[in-house]
Amino acid sequence: MTTPQSASRPASPPRVGLFVTCLVDAMRPSVGFAALKLLRDAGCRVEVPDAQTCCGQPAFNSGDTADAAVLARRFIESFEPYDYVVGPSGSCVGMTRAHYEEVLSNDPAWSERARRLGERTYELMSFLVDVMHYTPTDVKLDSSFTYHDSCSGLRELGVHDQPRALLDKVTGLTLKPLEGNDVCCGFGGTFCVKYPSISNAVVTEKAEAIERSGAQLLLGGDLGCLMNMSGKLKRQGSKVRSLHAAEVLAGMGNGPAIGEED
Amino acid sequence: MEIRSKEFKSRAVFAIHDASLQQAMGKARDGFVGKRAQQAAELPEFEALREEAKNLKNHILENLDHYLERYEDAVKRAGGHVHWARDAQEARAIILDICKRVNAKTITKGKSMVSEEIDLNEALIEHGMEVVETDLGEYIIQLANEPPSHIIAPAVHKTKNQVSDLFEAAHGGPRKTEVADLVNEARQVLREKYFRADVGITGGNFLIAETGSSMIVTNEGNGDLTQTLAKVHIVTSGIERVVPTLDDATLFLRLLARSATGQETETYTTISTGPRRATDLDGPEEYHVVLVDNGRSKMLAGHFRDMLRCIRCGACMNHCPVYGSVGGHAYGWVYPGPMGSVLTPLIKGLDNAYDLPNACTLNGRCASVCPVKIPLPDLLRELRHLQHQQELSPVMQRRALKAWRFVATRPKLYHAGEWIAVRVLKLLGRKGSIRRLPFAQAWTDVRDLPTPEGQTFLQRWQAQRGK
Ligand code: SF4
Repeated sequence: MTTPQSASRPASPPRVGLFVTCLVDAMRPSVGFAALKLLRDAGCRVEVPDAQTCCGQPAFNSGDTADAAVLARRFIESFEPYDYVVGPSGSCVGMTRAHYEEVLSNDPAWSERARRLGERTYELMSFLVDVMHYTPTDVKLDSSFTYHDSCSGLRELGVHDQPRALLDKVTGLTLKPLEGNDVCCGFGGTFCVKYPSISNAVVTEKAEAIERSGAQLLLGGDLGCLMNMSGKLKRQGSKVRSLHAAEVLAGMGNGPAIGEED
Repeated sequence: MEIRSKEFKSRAVFAIHDASLQQAMGKARDGFVGKRAQQAAELPEFEALREEAKNLKNHILENLDHYLERYEDAVKRAGGHVHWARDAQEARAIILDICKRVNAKTITKGKSMVSEEIDLNEALIEHGMEVVETDLGEYIIQLANEPPSHIIAPAVHKTKNQVSDLFEAAHGGPRKTEVADLVNEARQVLREKYFRADVGITGGNFLIAETGSSMIVTNEGNGDLTQTLAKVHIVTSGIERVVPTLDDATLFLRLLARSATGQETETYTTISTGPRRATDLDGPEEYHVVLVDNGRSKMLAGHFRDMLRCIRCGACMNHCPVYGSVGGHAYGWVYPGPMGSVLTPLIKGLDNAYDLPNACTLNGRCASVCPVKIPLPDLLRELRHLQHQQELSPVMQRRALKAWRFVATRPKLYHAGEWIAVRVLKLLGRKGSIRRLPFAQAWTDVRDLPTPEGQTFLQRWQAQRGK
């Protein structure tokens, strides 16, 4: 499934429900504030549903579809009032957009609601580009970056060109291509703690490829993957700094990177 | 071969630390992936062909009984015999019977994953027959007494040095170190076997319903010699490999070589139809096909029908980061990688291969290259679902998921718990990172964990709005 591109941006400012996601909420709220700023700059009215918790992906991917369905219904109820739902994570958005219908397939009415909401649910980068036709202006960062395409965003949502198009507009920032940019980093949610040695083998290769790119920054669109890769880079004493792409686009590229002191 | 998938975790760790395995795997992976990508890019209709192949396979599977009957009739018309085997044991018995009846002493074999699946070699050897694998990779692992580690490159885990050692020991030296010399040496040994063979056993990449033919594709031509020089030719194949016409087979041929080895076409594509006719210059006196079910009709009837589209190209494993790290042997049975992680639990039992569907990040790269578009991650997740339902997953995991659901449906409780966790992590952090966390060692043993920033997003958001 890829996100369709609309011909023109919405006429009146759309009401967007910000899907913060668990990891951003707990670990790195700055990604949420970056998303908030970008969405506002792009002309959206942004609201944040207070009652949001977890989208149910850990349950779904562990085969616990019943519990995933309970969380899916909660999510749909919280976000249905908005014109769009936008989250700074391909993985969490992929869950709601590409899988809720299946999770709720036992109940036709709910799976229809899931489908309808799914059509209005977007990963942040693709929403900014494909729906809002947004171009960042006046963002500067003298640095070079390499980009890891997180798997769900890339393959479930077709997010690939959008972050690159946006980052291309940041003055002073150059792209250094990443070998194997479409290869999983070994995070995989609970996979990384269930199969730590395999996860380590995969992320070790990824870290080597990142170093080989020669970039100063590692950017991506999913905090889980970024925590995995930056954690490995830091453990190996690498100088590469890791940030969510939204932070750079929101002008926060000089702030503390993931795993750095504020 | 005895299933050892229960040992997946320990075998995986072992493989990760096996330096020569890692060296062999790295080379092969980069070769396969790059060549496939190039072939896909050079054929404008490649994506359309994948869709067409998927649809045709679905049509065949919907009418499988019809095509199998047509195929059986056509084989008989051509003078061949069709045998139906419900499971591995029946398949072995049928083949043993044929071999015993013709008093077989030497049996040559072309590459066949089904024969691995039904443990054929062991059974034949037990009955005093000499079995010679003629595919170079299969020959190497037969010498090493190992199972294949890849479905099209069975010895992909071996380095050239290891092959030199094996050949020196088996053929009595002198030790060869160049690939061309090694290949030549194997050729000479095998040549003599082809002529001595009483029975030649091959797989069947495609079974053609219209003509009753079996089609094999190889790069070495060994399959041709196996099936034409022996007195009896036996084809072993899964029931799902039938296609309606020769034309239809060409659709799959266009995808198979490109997906498997990144070639436009394999070097040899060979079609055999029935035994030698009066006017033929060569060919076997008897032609048999053993059609193996072994769990396939159960797949056909249930949630896993999509898996029967598989044409055994190996692209999914070539593109799998887990397979790439641990190699094929860790999976513990004959089919490794993503396709094996679906097939093994289905054929050998969910509880015998618990780890296989779980040891996957669901990254989806396998499905994105599969020539018949099998939704491998969805099937793996469905297997996890069955394991969860049958309470095969660890009890702690099931409890944790229940507890998580309980908390996550109560936002106040959830956010209170989250805040406690955030504060604990914040206390443990030094300079923005945590290097050791007792209850999360699986993470911190090999990588740092960033310290949370402080207040959660929702806390800060609510505070801002309150102002
Ligand atoms: S599942 Fe698809 S990619 Fe894997 S071996 Fe079968 S046909 Fe090839």
